[in-house]
Amino acid sequence: MHEMSIAGSMLEAVRAESARHNARVLALGLKIGELSGVDSESLRFCFDALVTGTDLAPLSLQIEHLPWRHRCLPCDRDFVVLDYRTECPLCGSPNTELAGGKELEFAYMEIEET
Amino acid sequence: MTRVPLEGKVLNENDRLAADLRLGFQRHGTRCVNLISSPGSGKTMLLERTLASFEPGRRVAVLTGDIQTDNDAQRLARYGFPVRQITTGGACHLDARMVSTALAEWNPEEIDLLLIENVGNLVCPTSYDLGEEARVVLLSVTEGEDKPLKYPATFNRADLVLLTKLDLLPYVPFKMELAREFILRVQPHARILEVSCTTGLGLDTWRQWLDAAAALPQPA
Repeated sequence: MHEMSIAGSMLEAVRAESARHNARVLALGLKIGELSGVDSESLRFCFDALVTGTDLAPLSLQIEHLPWRHRCLPCDRDFVVLDYRTECPLCGSPNTELAGGKELEFAYMEIEET
Repeated sequence: MTRVPLEGKVLNENDRLAADLRLGFQRHGTRCVNLISSPGSGKTMLLERTLASFEPGRRVAVLTGDIQTDNDAQRLARYGFPVRQITTGGACHLDARMVSTALAEWNPEEIDLLLIENVGNLVCPTSYDLGEEARVVLLSVTEGEDKPLKYPATFNRADLVLLTKLDLLPYVPFKMELAREFILRVQPHARILEVSCTTGLGLDTWRQWLDAAAALPQPA
């Protein structure tokens, strides 16, 4: 259950940004890749548990899920990895490399000037 | 209400500390290997056999992570190499700060190979860079061979996958070919080794890999 410490790191960032903009943060946008190793439901649970009853509440968490992607080196094109198939769906080449899916990144904040 | 972009990784602080650790390791010529697996896959036993195989004077050190107890450190300390237990007190993974704190009392120049035994957990340690040069994931034959498909994030980050407890293969329904296929499906570049700490199968090759890992050219 490392989602609790991840949620803690997110709130540290919210506090820092809130102070920097001198604003109240209403929502936090997050990008979570399929290979991030983070479960978004338990992250949401931990996030809400840490926010409830604090000066940060209400604060909503908006999660965008990003798929596991590979890039085919011969075709120079990205594709989404479905059913663990990392070979290129166009040319069949196994010569592909990871192009996305490990993200655990901030995207945006919705703020209200105070 | 205004939407403002917010950049950066959530685990930015861990990544920053891990980058510092990696830089320190490179500067001091320390090679660091991070071992990850579910509880009971044989990480500690593998480390015992590994330490036993090193000649005295070899500059090896071990950090071992557990939620509670220093049992593993006691097991590993018998071999005469520096061992330190990291007790996370509930946390399900090691992070770069814990490693950094644990290393503070050692002289990094005196360690050529640092083996880190992560907390037994196939999910949480995945997201935490510890500054390691190589990541090893263990999968024992008493587990399901589809573990790589169930935990693709973990196996995708593996440089080496060790299939452990091979001596038990006759007694369990584990299908070796399927396991290999599943590992390569989530990480086509993974190296795979079969070992048994009971019979010694594969341990020479593991040592060779470890020695080769310890001789990898350092990234610029």
